[in-house]
Amino acid sequence: MNHPTKAAVAALALAALTGPALAQQGLDEPFQKPFKEALAGKTVAYVPVAMNFDLTEGWYAGLKKELEPYGVKFVIRDANWNTNAGAQAVTSLITEKPAVMVVHNPDVQTYAKLLQRAENEGIYVIQINMGSAYRSSAFVGANWVEIGERQTEGVVKACEGKSNKIAIIQGALSAAASAYTLKGVENVLAKHPEIKVVSSQAADWDAAKAKAITQTVLKQNPDLCGIVGFWDGMDIGTAAAVKEAGLTGKVFLATSGGGERKGACELVKSGAFDLDMSYDVPTQAAQMAGTIKWLLSSGAKPGSIKGSEYTTLIPITKENADSQTSCWNLSDLKK
Amino acid sequence: MKRFRFNQQEIVFAVFALLFLVFSIFLNGFLTAENMLTLLQNVAVLGILGLAMAIVVIGRGIDISLIAALAVPPGLVLQMVQNGHSLPLSLLTAVLITIAFGLVNGWLIAYAEVPSLFATLATGLLLAGLGQAALFQLDVVQWSSGMNGFERLGQGTILGIPTSIVMFAIACIVVAVLLRQTRWGAYIYAIGDNPYAARVTGIPSRPIIVLQYVVAALIGCFAGLVMAASVNSMPTRVFNSTLIYDVILVVVLGGIGLSGGRGGVLNVIIGTLLIGTMLNGMTIMDISYAGQNLIKGVVLLLAVITDSFLNPRNEETAQQGDI
Repeated sequence: MNHPTKAAVAALALAALTGPALAQQGLDEPFQKPFKEALAGKTVAYVPVAMNFDLTEGWYAGLKKELEPYGVKFVIRDANWNTNAGAQAVTSLITEKPAVMVVHNPDVQTYAKLLQRAENEGIYVIQINMGSAYRSSAFVGANWVEIGERQTEGVVKACEGKSNKIAIIQGALSAAASAYTLKGVENVLAKHPEIKVVSSQAADWDAAKAKAITQTVLKQNPDLCGIVGFWDGMDIGTAAAVKEAGLTGKVFLATSGGGERKGACELVKSGAFDLDMSYDVPTQAAQMAGTIKWLLSSGAKPGSIKGSEYTTLIPITKENADSQTSCWNLSDLKK
Repeated sequence: MKRFRFNQQEIVFAVFALLFLVFSIFLNGFLTAENMLTLLQNVAVLGILGLAMAIVVIGRGIDISLIAALAVPPGLVLQMVQNGHSLPLSLLTAVLITIAFGLVNGWLIAYAEVPSLFATLATGLLLAGLGQAALFQLDVVQWSSGMNGFERLGQGTILGIPTSIVMFAIACIVVAVLLRQTRWGAYIYAIGDNPYAARVTGIPSRPIIVLQYVVAALIGCFAGLVMAASVNSMPTRVFNSTLIYDVILVVVLGGIGLSGGRGGVLNVIIGTLLIGTMLNGMTIMDISYAGQNLIKGVVLLLAVITDSFLNPRNEETAQQGDI
């Protein structure tokens, strides 16, 4: 083969190689780069009412898992059940200017003005599970009124043909979650005048207090047919009182919580709770993370759009307590 | 002085008897054997804590860190068992931590001479903070299968009497023996009555003060174990609650003077009964939470005022920082 032929063959070969390669070249998706840029290096501030319990630990782990791979940084301000400390944390965060604040309100009023200021300063505010009077960019969380209604419906149904006497174990009086749940309870009771509430007291989210109240109520009303409890962490005490009175299975105990396996499914399985309305913390965390991704990449002005994502509740009963998907493990979420 | 002490006990007992009578007549279902047992069961843990506080108060001190001793070591037991350690090992660890905690309290108060109010306020925060930061995964430590059988410490009955009442009774006997039958007990009264005179007469007052805080912490830990067993979990957040005020209420209401050297186990029992009767009656009447706090506050105020009238501060031995 002479040189020109060689060259021609080489050129052909090259064309054969590059031609299809040109046709196979990837197409740049135009939106992923701005998305990555919108997230990288941004700070998300997390202000729960306290760390160290299943809900707030679960949300935090879920948020980190979703957002850290994109280079999002987290700061955490633990209010540790102290409303003043929380308000101070929010105030100082406004000057630190994170991109997003994820706020868990202790009550309806305290943070409301501060959150409005934060959005005016250009910080997206996402309120979780317990909202404030100010409606911010997003609310992700349980609908407490619905929780109260569905728990009470369960109790009312269990009471059919029985004494119709029920007790209510509320949380802390200052907490919005407790007041909203009570509203839900009242909504259902208004439709069922035959139900008699023999006791409605606040146990301060405290298992020991819940047990003491329940013991006394059960001694006064051994024919009680149901109890509406406001949080599964506290109603361990309520359940212990029912068990000690030998009334497990006779008194229908409905409660609510985040659906952590040890605190919810295990206790439903053991018969301590008959119904645990779960607001499924990992799903909530995923929704929060999704909202943060959407807000950061949208470029919308903070406070210009406002929406809510109420959690779809999972009623945990004996039927589904064994299922892998009804409950979650904190240790898995943290991996 | 002796006559006054008798009077205060008499007043408190009269109030208790009156309240009891009124509730028995006007409240349906109050005066039944079952309700009486419930009443006692509900305040048993409070009573045990009252005994711990009584020992310290008689020795002219106060232990604000009791709730930390109640929450953290028993919480650690539940957490360790949950993590796969054996129950005896977990219990041993908890007891050792409790003793160490009592020693730190005692050393600060007896040797470093920090007023007990401030010393125990700080150490309580320290222990609770340590628990939250390093020991517990969650605020509420759940019961795990390795603990099975242990719940009998706080649930069920012994000879028809709820176990927690039996535990309170045992604690009462132990503390009564310590205070009235041993030399150490006599020393505690002497130190509480007049620490300087006690030292001059050759009582080893500093070691005895350390002993008070170690015993108090151990009783606190015991109360915590009973509580955890009774509610099948350890809500360690109880440290942030107002339980410590209820404990002080029991002690002061029962007639143990905050200025030290007076009172005994009987006073704790009377104070516990009065609180139990109040709480039980208010629950049966379904009084609101705010109303209950208001009533408790007024009763504590009356008790403290009565106490300061009947057991005035001893100007010769009172120190700044004393209560």
